[in-house]
Amino acid sequence: MFLVPDSVGRFFHRMASPPHFYAFSGRLMPWLGVIFLLLVGAGLYGGLVLAPPDYQQGDSYRIIYIHVPSAWMSLFIYVMMAAAGVIGLVWRIKLAEIVAISSAPVGAAFTFIALVTGSLWGKPMWGTWWVWDARLTSELILLFLYLGVMALYSAIDDKRVASKAVAILALVGVVNIPVIHYSVEWWNTLHQGPTVTKMDKPSIHISMLVPLLTMAVAFKFYYLIAMLQRARTELLQRERNSQWLKKLLESEG
Amino acid sequence: MNWQDFWAMGGYAFYVWMAYGLTLVILVINIVIPVWQRKRFIQQIRNRQKRSN
Repeated sequence: MFLVPDSVGRFFHRMASPPHFYAFSGRLMPWLGVIFLLLVGAGLYGGLVLAPPDYQQGDSYRIIYIHVPSAWMSLFIYVMMAAAGVIGLVWRIKLAEIVAISSAPVGAAFTFIALVTGSLWGKPMWGTWWVWDARLTSELILLFLYLGVMALYSAIDDKRVASKAVAILALVGVVNIPVIHYSVEWWNTLHQGPTVTKMDKPSIHISMLVPLLTMAVAFKFYYLIAMLQRARTELLQRERNSQWLKKLLESEG
Repeated sequence: MNWQDFWAMGGYAFYVWMAYGLTLVILVINIVIPVWQRKRFIQQIRNRQKRSN
């Protein structure tokens, strides 16, 4: 292992051990919560109070501060889920399998939020709740992929086998990710093009961009919190017969 | 800026607050459910241990 420093390697090695992961994630939780709340507070204040109304869309555009970060998260979490799934598949690391399946409901939630808030924005701006436009349709497929992953996992009793199946499904679904990202450029339909993630300067004013990026970072922390909560629960259920769990419950009285 | 203007959202109050409200509910549910499941699971294990002792 020349690529990663020794201390980083040791950290991941320890984290792959269930009791360490359980204890460490528990200690991390309040810190993650505080950072998340601070970021959300700052992002919402900047987005809902400080930022001016849009010159064409008025105040309706303020949905952007949850719609766009949620849509980014829906893609980000899918890639994380597929990557963790592959790590679990190749190296048989139980914790990676757990991170993969624990990411699915959080990703599904953000995908659902992106679709619903988009709909609530589309109604006053486009005059319709929904169109079968390329961006909306591919994002809906993403929601079905997440739900498919969750259904497949719960349908197989042996959770190690279930994790393998889920990793393969998640990997196949990765093909949808670039389709979603480039859909607004490949097919010129109702959904607007990118304003932030493009090569030249973002076409959004700094007073709107800063709260938007703050919310995006806040949602990353939310993902960590929600995913770790799921992972802790999943870990206990998988390790129900282990010695460390017995000891932990006894020491807590 | 006063509070009335803030809540009115330039006439888009329904859409904006509906979006924010739904997001809040979904994000809270996604934390509460796994925590609640874990507490219930730990309780089940404890009860089983008590019975076997």
